[in-house]
Amino acid sequence: MSDQTASAATPARKSLFKTLEVDTRLLGMIGALLLIWVVFHLWSDQRFLTPRNIFNLSIQTVSVAIMATGMVFVIVTRHIDLSVGALLATTTAVMAITQTQILPQMFGLEIGHPMIPWITIAAGILVGALIGAFQGYLIGYQMIPAFIVTLGGLLIWRNVAWHLTNGQTIGPLDQTYMLFGGINGTLGIFWSWVVGLIAAAAAAVGILMARRTKIGHGFIVKPVWAEAVVIAVVVAAILGFVAVLNSYAVPDRVIAREFERWGCAAVEGCTAGYGIPYSVLLLIAVAVVMTIIAQRTRLGRYIFATGGNPDAAELSGINTKLLTVKIFAMVGMLCALGGIVASARLGYHTNDIGTLDELRVIAAAVIGGTALAGGIGTIYGAIIGALIMQSLQSGMAMVGVDAPYQNIVVGLVLVLAVWIDIQYRKYSGAK
Amino acid sequence: MTPLVQMKDVSISFGGVKAVDHVSIDLYPGEVVGLLGHNGAGKSTLIKILSGAYKMDSGEIWVEGKKVDFQSPRDSRDHNIETIYQTLALADNLDAASNLFLGRELTTPFGFVDDGRQESETRKIMARLNPNFKKLKEPVSALSGGQRQSVAIARAVYFKAKILIMDEPTAALGVHETKMVADLIKELKAQGLGIFLISHDTREMMELCDRVSVMKNGQVVGTERVEDVTEDDILSMIILGKNPKKAA
Repeated sequence: MSDQTASAATPARKSLFKTLEVDTRLLGMIGALLLIWVVFHLWSDQRFLTPRNIFNLSIQTVSVAIMATGMVFVIVTRHIDLSVGALLATTTAVMAITQTQILPQMFGLEIGHPMIPWITIAAGILVGALIGAFQGYLIGYQMIPAFIVTLGGLLIWRNVAWHLTNGQTIGPLDQTYMLFGGINGTLGIFWSWVVGLIAAAAAAVGILMARRTKIGHGFIVKPVWAEAVVIAVVVAAILGFVAVLNSYAVPDRVIAREFERWGCAAVEGCTAGYGIPYSVLLLIAVAVVMTIIAQRTRLGRYIFATGGNPDAAELSGINTKLLTVKIFAMVGMLCALGGIVASARLGYHTNDIGTLDELRVIAAAVIGGTALAGGIGTIYGAIIGALIMQSLQSGMAMVGVDAPYQNIVVGLVLVLAVWIDIQYRKYSGAK
Repeated sequence: MTPLVQMKDVSISFGGVKAVDHVSIDLYPGEVVGLLGHNGAGKSTLIKILSGAYKMDSGEIWVEGKKVDFQSPRDSRDHNIETIYQTLALADNLDAASNLFLGRELTTPFGFVDDGRQESETRKIMARLNPNFKKLKEPVSALSGGQRQSVAIARAVYFKAKILIMDEPTAALGVHETKMVADLIKELKAQGLGIFLISHDTREMMELCDRVSVMKNGQVVGTERVEDVTEDDILSMIILGKNPKKAA
């Protein structure tokens, strides 16, 4: 049981990235994203990388990105979920009916009652979880392939949504609920800075605490300067993002409509920036929670172990059937969260809400490095994947590429991304 | 002395095929019992019943004088039975520590997986079992056959098994590594563990085991102390399915 050759060949000098201990795949994905941004920026006469467009890009990405974080777990366990777009439609139908009909008519809550949005959201998440859990039960316990169950789900839930609403568009939705839509609900300059500073501080403290734990266990840590560089980059990225969103100025006519909301005593001389949208905050919260689940909890460990070797997981006493139910229930909840953002952005529930989202969500997860063979995938990867897809689509729309050509490009990028990932794994020796 | 394990009259069928047919075996502390037989004789199925992976159709299992009912591998582990499977049962995408603690993660007071402690515990046990083991951060798919084997063995040893099941532990190993496993078996035996060992290598079995049980077509042909039989006796039991001593 020996392998001396490998340990003997330690290189004398490590590369810069090795010293910094940053994930080269993460760097690669961010590099690809930046490249896409720069190309579109130049191509569109410098209209792409403006505060306004970055703001729009982020709110357009949120719904798909939220669902993609759940799709990572599904694909990691060697399943697939084709029903997310349809499930989103059913949850938004339920939430639209709850807030406009059930609560006002059956429970006598007046339209605009402060409890309406929260009861609605709870109902939507519950319905999403139940449907997801049921699909997970069919997959885990009844052994029906996920592809079939969710293909059936795609047809069923899309049309259950139609049935629930009689095929009608439902709205207008609750004012508070619509704050999750993006432009309707933002933190404003002051609170955006507060959130940004807290996030930056939390990131720095987190990195330092991880270092202390490592030292406590007697592990080798990277040099202090490397740690400082990583912290500086992370803090700069967070604060830079906040600065960009804050510099997207609220148009005068919007301020004129309700100047008090923007913190002004009068319309005259009032200027304001949008800052971080609530929907983006929701995505960040989802990303943090899902990353913690993936990396720090037993549930996450079991998800990845099952994906790597289902037999080994079962022999280790992991209940892989129940695990499947949990994963699909989680995806159902995330569909409801994605649905809140999507319907709040439109202001209505419509019949075609979330159409083709399943493909966007799967593509986002796969572009983000989730392997269909199972066992490999990251939450941040899926979110960057969603951002890459949305950037391509927005960028091409901006420079006037026709929609059919946009789809051709997105299709090519999907295949290319997976090919690059396979090559990367081959050369880096990772599997 | 109470036996560590008694399997009494155990049977299991898969679609009409009797994979294990009224088999009774036992194991005492500090003893190594070998299971021999052709492929498909029922050895692996029998030990998978003991490790909780299969549920028997009929029969009884007694562990340390108490009757047990294993519904899952977890139940078996709870009775200090550890299994090293032929396939090693490792999640290739995870590192050594995650595999070692799979299903029994060390957690922080907040209930999160304590990766730091898991890694340092893995370092300690590996230093004992395989001092050359250095690739703690890599997924186990990047390890050599011997290193993977030592992860699987570490998993059984770390959790202080009383009963150890080893299904062809040396099948994929080189000469040097095979010797390390043999030494480890002797060491664990001296500590009072009971070990079920499955192997095709009759000579190795004669050297390591106290008793051997030979299986054919799901049944036990015979159980003999190794000092009472020759290698030829065992081979004829495996091939003919008859116990020459009883015939004589």
